[in-house]
Amino acid sequence: MAGNFSGKTKANNSIYAGSGTWLMMPSWLMIGFFLLIPVGIMLVYSFLTKEFRGGVIWEFSLAAYDQFFFYRGLFGDEPPTIEWTYIGIFWRSIWQAGLATILCLLIGFPTAWFIATRGGKNRAIWLFLITIPYWVNLLIRTISMKFLIRDNGPFNEFLLSLGVINEPIHMINTNFAVQLGLFYSYLPFMVLPIYASVERYNFSLSEAAADLYATQWVTLQKVILPVVKPGIIAGCILVFIPSLGAFLAPDLLGGAKNFMIGSLIEEQFKGNAGNWPFGAAASMILLSMVLVALLYYAREQSKSEAG
Amino acid sequence: MKRKIDLRHFPGFLPLTSLCLFLLYAPLIIVMVYSFNDSLSITRWEGVSLRWYVEVFSGDEAAKFRIAAFNSLTIAAMAAIAATTIATAAATAMNRAGHFRGRTFSFALINLPIMVPEIVIAVATLIFFSSIGFKTGYLSILIAHIVFCIPFAYLPIAARMQSIDHQYEQVAMDLYATRWQAFRYILLPLMTPGIISGFLLAFIISMDDFIITNFVKGAGIETLPTAIFGAVKRGIQPNIMAISTLLLVVSIIFVTLSWMVGRMGKKSK
Repeated sequence: MAGNFSGKTKANNSIYAGSGTWLMMPSWLMIGFFLLIPVGIMLVYSFLTKEFRGGVIWEFSLAAYDQFFFYRGLFGDEPPTIEWTYIGIFWRSIWQAGLATILCLLIGFPTAWFIATRGGKNRAIWLFLITIPYWVNLLIRTISMKFLIRDNGPFNEFLLSLGVINEPIHMINTNFAVQLGLFYSYLPFMVLPIYASVERYNFSLSEAAADLYATQWVTLQKVILPVVKPGIIAGCILVFIPSLGAFLAPDLLGGAKNFMIGSLIEEQFKGNAGNWPFGAAASMILLSMVLVALLYYAREQSKSEAG
Repeated sequence: MKRKIDLRHFPGFLPLTSLCLFLLYAPLIIVMVYSFNDSLSITRWEGVSLRWYVEVFSGDEAAKFRIAAFNSLTIAAMAAIAATTIATAAATAMNRAGHFRGRTFSFALINLPIMVPEIVIAVATLIFFSSIGFKTGYLSILIAHIVFCIPFAYLPIAARMQSIDHQYEQVAMDLYATRWQAFRYILLPLMTPGIISGFLLAFIISMDDFIITNFVKGAGIETLPTAIFGAVKRGIQPNIMAISTLLLVVSIIFVTLSWMVGRMGKKSK
């Protein structure tokens, strides 16, 4: 995305030269004041002492990060050992998000390719069909999935009536359900950027490969994939980042046993835990992981632009 | 010379595309169908009826959902108008104002709300309002929505502006139009499709939001998503399916509108 807009300024595209700062001011104020500064305050809060039932006491403390990484016994007087609970939740979130990304890619790439290679009107219709779920309320989509896969939901009823199974398959409140929810939630996010990449793909490259006796699969592997790679990486980022911090899918489909980072953080502010510094610390750790993913993305994008 | 094989065609891609669409649509279609179910239990099918739609508009919870819908719509409308205005100014600065201090930084800042996970934005905003003693409620929701709508409004607007040749405004200014006149009478009309797309996208993103709203709303105020979420926590009732279907229809109307605007934009180019 970044590459499109930050290109070199041409001589003639400065009709409003000198007004840039003024035109930009509202964005700076809104986002700077209501997002950038809040993230800074959140960082500060993660180093404060917790007030019971929400809020903080303005006293420096490393307790939040300590609680995240170390276990010091019930009364806090034992020698510290590694606390696996929260690391486990983060680890589960990472592999759930990673798996969702891979599954979305496996279905999303062929879909994007298929749509981008349709002619004229057909392509518009296919693209329209993919765009609709992208715009539909995520909460509604997650509820639909929950309704569909419940023990006595339509999916199980259907299989029971066919006689394929004798008793309902239990899916709700499992890791599988969370995975299904994440995959389903963010699938359109994978298709659209890959589509945009494939649409710009120059098919004379494929022809050249075919002239040199490359089979179709070799062409896909050696020519097409490297060329459309920016779209694939963009799609993966757009699926991975929201999956990592997802709240609705783990909460509605996973239940209490299949916590992900999103639910852990939510519980500190809206739920019973009421530990704001800990919630802020968990958010900071999540944010750092996202930054690492984004830096990787930026590096890959600049590499594929250069090469 | 015609090739024997079609280079665009890969075996298996059509079935995978069909599978993709099937997976995306099956749950939505099933909820739509079941919203017309004439049964107290959400599972057993007992014939077609509109009773749950009647329930949504006149049942016990009707007042609650009406207020929530009002909040959602007014917040979405105001947030989208504000975000679209801010994003139009920003796009003009980024595309038409040459180099100015903080340009590179601005690009990162505008995209920040997309890059930072929603839950982190929610936590940061809640802590911010709490630390300055701002009472959470309607206004805090509106402010948060404006912020995360800006990049969504910006993307279609900036894309459209890039595709408009600078010469149109240059010619106007050669004919002694002021910069404001060039903007108002040349650039803005050409920008209309992009601005409408940006507005529609921002509106739907605001209507859609649950996580951030849930954090910054405070007690006693609900938007549609938070009201629906609260109801679903007590179990999926048939009236939820009717509301979901209504929201689904609203979304589809919005995509269709945006689609038509996009086509209009392509034709007028």
